[in-house]
Amino acid sequence: MIKQPILEMINIKKSFPGVKALKGVNLRAYSGEVMALLGENGAGKSTLMKILSGVYKKDEGSIKINGKEVEIQGIKHAEELGVSIIHQELSLLSNLTIYENLFLGHEITSSMFKLNKNEMIKRTEELLKKFDFNISPKTLVKELTVGEMQMIEIIKATSKNSKIIVMDEPTTALTDVETKKLFEIIRQLKEQGVAIIYISHRMEEIYEICDRVTVLRDGEFIGEELLSNVDKEKLISMMVGRKLEEQFPYRKANLGDIALEVNNVCMGKKLKDISFKLRKGEILGIAGLMGSGRTELAKLIFGEYKKTGGEIFVEGKKVEIRSPKDAIESGIAYLSEDRKKEGLVLNLTVLHNMSLANLKRYEGRGFRINKEMELRDCEEYTKKLSIKTSSPYQIIKNLSGGNQQKVILAKWLLNSPNILIIDEPTRGIDVGAKKEIYELLNELKAQGKAIMMISSDMEEILGISDRIIVMHEGKISGELTREEANQETIMKYAVGITN
Amino acid sequence: MSNIKAFVIKFKSLIGLIALCVIISIITPRFLNINNILNVLTQVSVNAIIAIGMSFVILTGGIDLSVGSILAISGAVAASIYIKTHSLFLALAVSIIIGALIGLINGALVSRGKIQPFIVTLATMTIFRGVTYVYTNGTPISGLLGKFSFIGNAKIIGIPFPVIITAIVFVITWYLINETRYGRYVYALGGNEDSARLSGINTEKIKTTVYLISGIAAAISGIIVTSRIGSASPNAGSGYELDAIAAVVLGGTSLSGGEGSITGTIIGAMIIGVLNNGLNLMNVSPFYQSIVKGLVILLAVLLDKKNKK
Ligand SMILES: Nc1ncnc2c1ncn2[C@@H]1O[C@H](COP(=O)(O)OP(=O)(O)OP(=O)(O)O)[C@@H](O)[C@H]1O
Ligand SMILES: [Mg+2]
Repeated sequence: MIKQPILEMINIKKSFPGVKALKGVNLRAYSGEVMALLGENGAGKSTLMKILSGVYKKDEGSIKINGKEVEIQGIKHAEELGVSIIHQELSLLSNLTIYENLFLGHEITSSMFKLNKNEMIKRTEELLKKFDFNISPKTLVKELTVGEMQMIEIIKATSKNSKIIVMDEPTTALTDVETKKLFEIIRQLKEQGVAIIYISHRMEEIYEICDRVTVLRDGEFIGEELLSNVDKEKLISMMVGRKLEEQFPYRKANLGDIALEVNNVCMGKKLKDISFKLRKGEILGIAGLMGSGRTELAKLIFGEYKKTGGEIFVEGKKVEIRSPKDAIESGIAYLSEDRKKEGLVLNLTVLHNMSLANLKRYEGRGFRINKEMELRDCEEYTKKLSIKTSSPYQIIKNLSGGNQQKVILAKWLLNSPNILIIDEPTRGIDVGAKKEIYELLNELKAQGKAIMMISSDMEEILGISDRIIVMHEGKISGELTREEANQETIMKYAVGITN
Repeated sequence: MSNIKAFVIKFKSLIGLIALCVIISIITPRFLNINNILNVLTQVSVNAIIAIGMSFVILTGGIDLSVGSILAISGAVAASIYIKTHSLFLALAVSIIIGALIGLINGALVSRGKIQPFIVTLATMTIFRGVTYVYTNGTPISGLLGKFSFIGNAKIIGIPFPVIITAIVFVITWYLINETRYGRYVYALGGNEDSARLSGINTEKIKTTVYLISGIAAAISGIIVTSRIGSASPNAGSGYELDAIAAVVLGGTSLSGGEGSITGTIIGAMIIGVLNNGLNLMNVSPFYQSIVKGLVILLAVLLDKKNKK
């Protein structure tokens, strides 16, 4: 018997000024199943889901829910139709508490419009417990880490008793443990007959949790398959339109002098007695669980945080870095893990975002910025990283998530630092582009640049690092050469089992 | 179709200004008259200069309420120094330095002290109004003749000198905001302070200097006002901050920072000036003028919001 889909989106089209984002796309979802939605950065996945959830209006096409054609009027209407979504970009209100966010627009009132706070707090507590999330409902959202915020988004979406739940890259900011928990919840939802649409660039996840897959490319519908019928290679070639060999192109390092030396550095309780060396021509992978102090270490080196002890040497000279500005002047660059909060200026153009850290070099006579040069560099990197944008003057807010990430990466590559610290560099980036980025890192390495790469993507760490440091609770718990390293030993060090 | 719409959105303030001029000149033929136009431009210059300074502050997401008081104190200081020394240069230099210093105080309190701009400048607005009263003993400083009255009243090839000053201020600030690193940093800071800092921008310095610019602009306006009237009143400039903010908003700059332009601000100031002039020519009572001005601001902001959706 052929299963009837609960949701059918047929021949959906959508254009933005200068961009045809969707050129006639189909998508179905089935009760009790997870449909993966795959495609390169800018393929149109988020746009399609925003149409389903009432954020955008479609230009053409039809949507059927339970066989009945519907015209989705807006976000509220989509929710009434039983659709809820976890957006790729976090949409919580950071100055409100967790429970206020969870009940936003669905507040519980007692008599006379008075908010029933106790009831909301109680229910929030129950929801949090269901996810083993140990935190007070009265915590302000701005005090949470990106991963915790993502968990709240997930809890929010699953608490509405929806029939169809869309998850747009839900795991990009989650720890392994959190991801496992999410998958448990997804399995529960499946048993309850919920249809889930799942977007991710992580192939392992797709095979672990999804039943079927729909692939988009450049706004076109490529196909729908049962996952049991297609292997990874086939999927990738459906996505990128060609075969992709060697996902992790490793090149042997040609080690030079010491570029960065960190000696007994401490920062309160967050970092304890950190010492390591980074050589020119080397990619040093920093592994560890979320919260192990990796980002703190990076930001400390970059001058965003102050150390409470220890010394830092750049090319053999002791340095006192007091601000990111100092760090950049010493030849250090830092790509943040949180592109929306610490990477992008959302209302500026692609061009201005990309040049922001590099304007000094375009400065000509009369302090005038040489705009031709600026544009030339922007176009060069747009091509190099295959950034999909209608023009350099496009507001970066309008780019797809992965393409925004590429712009921020381009900003720091353009800065051409001697020491490049990258924090989750390929977060939200598609398989094809990932490989291009690894090639670029290899190229930098060959030029004698020193690279420190923080990543929670185990394959990435193992695939392109020359050496790996593992952190646990603010300390370095282990160091491994490329040859020694494997998933098990890294995990062992990451959870703090030494010897 | 969408091209026309994009055009309208881009030049909405200018289109609004032109429409306003057309309407007024249909109602009263006295509007389109070279003398009247020059008169409007002269009247607009004081607000325009303050509003340009204000634009820098608002682009970073701040606000400067102290401009009216800065205008008063720098006008008073210029007047008294000129009367004592008869040195125009000294009078102007000290006056502008005072504006700059007050701006620096605002800037330091906002950036280093991390106090909200609204509160900082509300306080300095009150303080320096008081200082002006103390300095002038509460009475206007008058008797400003000679070279000093040139600034506000002279014409060069038929163009009133305040208009020329405004043009110069506009050109310099336009260059600063559109052509230099500094301008980019102002926008980036207003758009996302964390991203700006992590891109190596000294955000404290940028924050401080926008108030400095606003202070200098207010001082220049103070000199013009004092020169035009021929005396420095301790009440001078009170309420001017609101006209300046209105001009910035009418020019399409967002109060939350990061979006807007100096050109828009000039147009915004012109809209207010033309509206005032038109209502005067039509003999509308000042009470009603105030109502109309408020409604125009609301209408403009509402239209802007609708376009953004
Ligand atoms: N509001 C908008 N204005 C203009 N263009 C837009 C807008 N939203 C999306 N686009 C464009 O539509 C295309 C599809 O974007 P979309 O966000 O759907 O991609 P995606 O498949 O989700 O990619 P990613 O994997 O990077 O998240 C991109 O080229 C993007 O630049
Ligand atoms: Mg997306």
